[in-house]
Amino acid sequence: MKWLLMLAVRSAWNRRLTLGMTLVAVALSVTLLLGVERVRHEARSSFALSVSGTDLVVGARTSAVQLMLYAVFRLGEASNNIRWQSYLAVAENPAVAWAIPLSLGDSHHGLPVLGTTAAYFEHFRYGDGQPLAFAAGAPFSGLFDAVLGAEVAERLSYSLGDRIVISHGMGDVGLAEHDDKPFTVVGILARTGTPVDRTLHVSLEAINAIHLDWAGGAPLPGLSIPPEHVRKFDLRPKEITAALVGLKNRAAVFRVQRQINNYPDEPLLAVLPGVALDQLWQMVGLAERTLLAVSAMVVVVGLAGLVAVILASLGERRRELAILRSVGARPGELFLLLSAEALFVTVLGALLGVALLALLTALLAPLVQAHFGLSLQAQWVSADELRLLAAVVAAGLLASLAPGYSAYRLSLADGLTPRL
Amino acid sequence: MPATVIRIRDLRFRWANDAGFCLDIPLFEAQAGERIFLHGPSGSGKSTLLGLLGGVLVPERGSLHLLDRELTQLRPAARDRFRANHIGFIFQQFNLIPYLSLVDNVLLSCRFSARRLARATAAGNSPAAEAHRLLTRLDLDPSLHGRQVTRLSVGQQQRVAAARALIGQPEIVIADEPTSALDAERQGAFLALLRDECERSGSTLLFVSHDRRLAAGFDRELSLSAPGAGAPSEVTQ
Ligand SMILES: Nc1ncnc2c1ncn2[C@@H]1O[C@H](COP(=O)(O)OP(=O)(O)O)[C@@H](O)[C@H]1O
Ligand SMILES: [Mg+2]
Repeated sequence: MKWLLMLAVRSAWNRRLTLGMTLVAVALSVTLLLGVERVRHEARSSFALSVSGTDLVVGARTSAVQLMLYAVFRLGEASNNIRWQSYLAVAENPAVAWAIPLSLGDSHHGLPVLGTTAAYFEHFRYGDGQPLAFAAGAPFSGLFDAVLGAEVAERLSYSLGDRIVISHGMGDVGLAEHDDKPFTVVGILARTGTPVDRTLHVSLEAINAIHLDWAGGAPLPGLSIPPEHVRKFDLRPKEITAALVGLKNRAAVFRVQRQINNYPDEPLLAVLPGVALDQLWQMVGLAERTLLAVSAMVVVVGLAGLVAVILASLGERRRELAILRSVGARPGELFLLLSAEALFVTVLGALLGVALLALLTALLAPLVQAHFGLSLQAQWVSADELRLLAAVVAAGLLASLAPGYSAYRLSLADGLTPRL
Repeated sequence: MPATVIRIRDLRFRWANDAGFCLDIPLFEAQAGERIFLHGPSGSGKSTLLGLLGGVLVPERGSLHLLDRELTQLRPAARDRFRANHIGFIFQQFNLIPYLSLVDNVLLSCRFSARRLARATAAGNSPAAEAHRLLTRLDLDPSLHGRQVTRLSVGQQQRVAAARALIGQPEIVIADEPTSALDAERQGAFLALLRDECERSGSTLLFVSHDRRLAAGFDRELSLSAPGAGAPSEVTQ
């Protein structure tokens, strides 16, 4: 038995070129399958970890998913703002323990700039309830102070004291710059693995200040208010994009949600983050499943190629089978020999696929992090991926029956003298 | 060891889909240590007969008695084990597994038979050492033993096959036209070697060929005539 497996390995090695090609095909298909699964899983978990302890997300009336996307994940743009008065009404609701106002819309090198208050550093939680921590510096205190997410500081090589200029609007190029009012980096947050890492934080007043001499997305011609004079103006915010709300008692969440949704002075929307996420996953679920199904088909194609190659080699190996038969091999053992080969290539392909995925994850993680804010963990295999791998090997086992059975039949028909 | 090593009685074999019998043998016997030359034209059923003796084919009727076993009463797995333990085969050509070394090709016989492994190592040799010894006895210089089998000449390959058939001293050695790919000079030398080695290990040799010129030097010559013609007829005694 052990010797037979060794024979299978040596025979496979003898045909390493053709088998190698199919091995590569199987490995790539496994990489694709696991890659799709990993990105899917990472997207879900990183979304789920992005916000914690927030009971309600409040914004202008839109879809729950969209509100989540821009308020928490900093993806897309808000269609409408809510009035500061409305925010105050929500924050002063007796059931509300804390509220964090969020004002989005400007950017820095394509990264979102968030106007907020000190409440953000105090109350915001991510992961399983971790608070934000400072790697360096402290929360903003001055008007033109900025606190950077870990990724921002790292990617743009900023450190405390650096001066930065904010661009008006979101996007990467061609944006007007608020270059008359530069900010100073006063704090850098520790890495969280959430969109916070990609965010620049400033005060709500600062957001107001840089837009004083602006209207409709462009500086007002002829009007320029130098930074030293902005304090003379009323910098209290008039509008914000959204708010994160924590309740004193979670049990009140549906009541408070109803109250906010029925706010008489302005159409507001309050969503439970978990519920909105579920909706999001329902929306992308079909796409996910389709993608997974397509990559599963690619694996099947890879295995079919493998079986075809082994079956084709069987013609040349009839002599070999007859020789083994003459020294006493049973047809069942020849079945095993050929099946082992297919299974061997499948397992090797699966392992190679895992290794390739690990390599790709390591190589592409910074890129994915930069573009999608998704932190791919350089891990080996998760339980779900292991299940997929097991399915691949099981499919390989099933496929390996074909060459095994062919060898079995052939050895019975040929006996000791194959008729070539 | 029983004196009669092979006894075939009233044996009939027909290939599936064939109308007539391919083989019809009323009686055939081979004694221990005998060296028999079985002659027959191409297509007369020689290889078929060897398949029956090897237990790979099953007769439609009749008895196939080898050593102390009735092959027709054994299960397929037991027939395979019997073949592994007691019979060494040499075929016409491409007798070797291309991706195994000379020694590993020879040792194939011991892989499927604990009995032959035990007999091969009875003298205290390791299996590989015994393989080397046999290969050397069969005129394969030790310098060749490490070579890839595909780089051997056909004559050398056949001698490796002979070593594989002989290792572990099987009671029966069956050679199916092993010299037909060799030139006339080499044929004689190979035959002489094979006969000597069979004698040394006490194996009964059943040598099959369509070429009667090779019959000299055998104890007995039998002829298997055209299909369906019946028993191998004694040509010389
Ligand atoms: N696997 C097989 N299936 C069907 N017929 C076969 C098979 N092997 C041999 N035969 C037939 O049996 C007859 C004898 O063949 P064989 O034993 O190979 O003869 P020889 O070895 O004497 O040349 C031939 O007519 C051949 O067609
Ligand atoms: Mg023949």
